[in-house]
Amino acid sequence: MVWKTHDYDDIPGTYVFDGKVAHASYNINKMLFTFNTEECRSEFDKDPSAYCDKFGVTGEFKDCVVNKDFLKMLRLGCNIYFMAKIAIPRGTSVQDAGAAFQGITTEEFQAKLLKNREGLEERLAKVGGYWNG
Amino acid sequence: MARIIGGLTSSHIPAVGNAIEHNLQQEPYWKRFFDGYGPAKDWLKKADPDVIVVVYNDHGLNFFLDKMPTFALGCADIYHNADEGWGLKPQAPFPGDAQFSWHIAESLMEQEFDICMCQEMLVDHGFVNPIRALYGTLEKWPVKTVPLAVNTVQHPVPTAARCLKLGKALGKAIESYPEDLKVVIFGTGGLSHQLQGERAGLINVDFDIECIEKIATEPEWMTQFSNSEIMRLAGTEGIETIMWLVMRGALQDDAKIIHKHYHAPISNTGAGVLVLENQS
Ligand SMILES: [Fe+2]
Repeated sequence: MVWKTHDYDDIPGTYVFDGKVAHASYNINKMLFTFNTEECRSEFDKDPSAYCDKFGVTGEFKDCVVNKDFLKMLRLGCNIYFMAKIAIPRGTSVQDAGAAFQGITTEEFQAKLLKNREGLEERLAKVGGYWNG
Repeated sequence: MARIIGGLTSSHIPAVGNAIEHNLQQEPYWKRFFDGYGPAKDWLKKADPDVIVVVYNDHGLNFFLDKMPTFALGCADIYHNADEGWGLKPQAPFPGDAQFSWHIAESLMEQEFDICMCQEMLVDHGFVNPIRALYGTLEKWPVKTVPLAVNTVQHPVPTAARCLKLGKALGKAIESYPEDLKVVIFGTGGLSHQLQGERAGLINVDFDIECIEKIATEPEWMTQFSNSEIMRLAGTEGIETIMWLVMRGALQDDAKIIHKHYHAPISNTGAGVLVLENQS
């Protein structure tokens, strides 16, 4: 039994959500999928540890859930969209996660993103045909 | 017969829904992004479609990872939005057109696209936000909808080439429907972004602009890239850009460019609006 390798494995700082990752993080993603429903969210809130047990979320994944360590959850391979269902209502945004991956503050992360805005009008005018305000 | 008037693209970022919800469209961060929708809105108003086919991906509201259809078509008379776990206020339900959907399903199957048929389908921000950006937030939607979901979440996901072919088949399916419907196709998602890993925050403005240019005039260009190459250039979540090709494939090769708009960043993403119109 072997997980085959892919062309995308060597993209730096990048973890593609493929079979290997999805297989290993199946139970936690399944638990987080239930958070689409308010009933499940309140059942979780009453006893997070018991809720994990119900879905077979164990070991490091369970520790992340109980300790609200959403970043580690991602590092262990939890899917970002499912992680968002537990993290966003608890004050951790996707940008907070991105910043933490880079070891910078969210403000620094946002400032880096805003760099893409510089000279945009000029660039688009050069290509031509764009709405430009 | 049904006729495709044109197609448009839009990002579907959750933050866009929040900005609309909190009326932030004229705040400095958002103004240029939303103002650039103006000509697209005007065109859509004039086009006045009876039905829009919305190509989008589900982000874990309707589909879980247990059964992940590569292509899934809504075949119902109504589609509900729901809380995605974030305490969002759900939008008013979207009317469908079951007869039209089932015709598309049959035609796609005949053209060897073995799609998943959904008689119930919750639609998430991927579907809802482009509609809100273009129509506003309404209690009653003025148009019928057909959701077409593409898996861009759990790899392997379809190639750009496959998406373009699906679009071509979709175009044939729509234009062989006997009712005189005016149809517009929405291609949603993208452009470049990566949400996680040390490379999170990647936006590739040059690639985004090239995508807009080429998808408008020469969409086959995009099929030279494998999904690994697209992710290398546009980030892991930038793979959503393949959905633009479904829209593009459904239109005529010489569709006219009506409007191009690009803005970055919106949240973590490069956001593009492209409006194309079929020659009548
Ligand atoms: Fe998306």
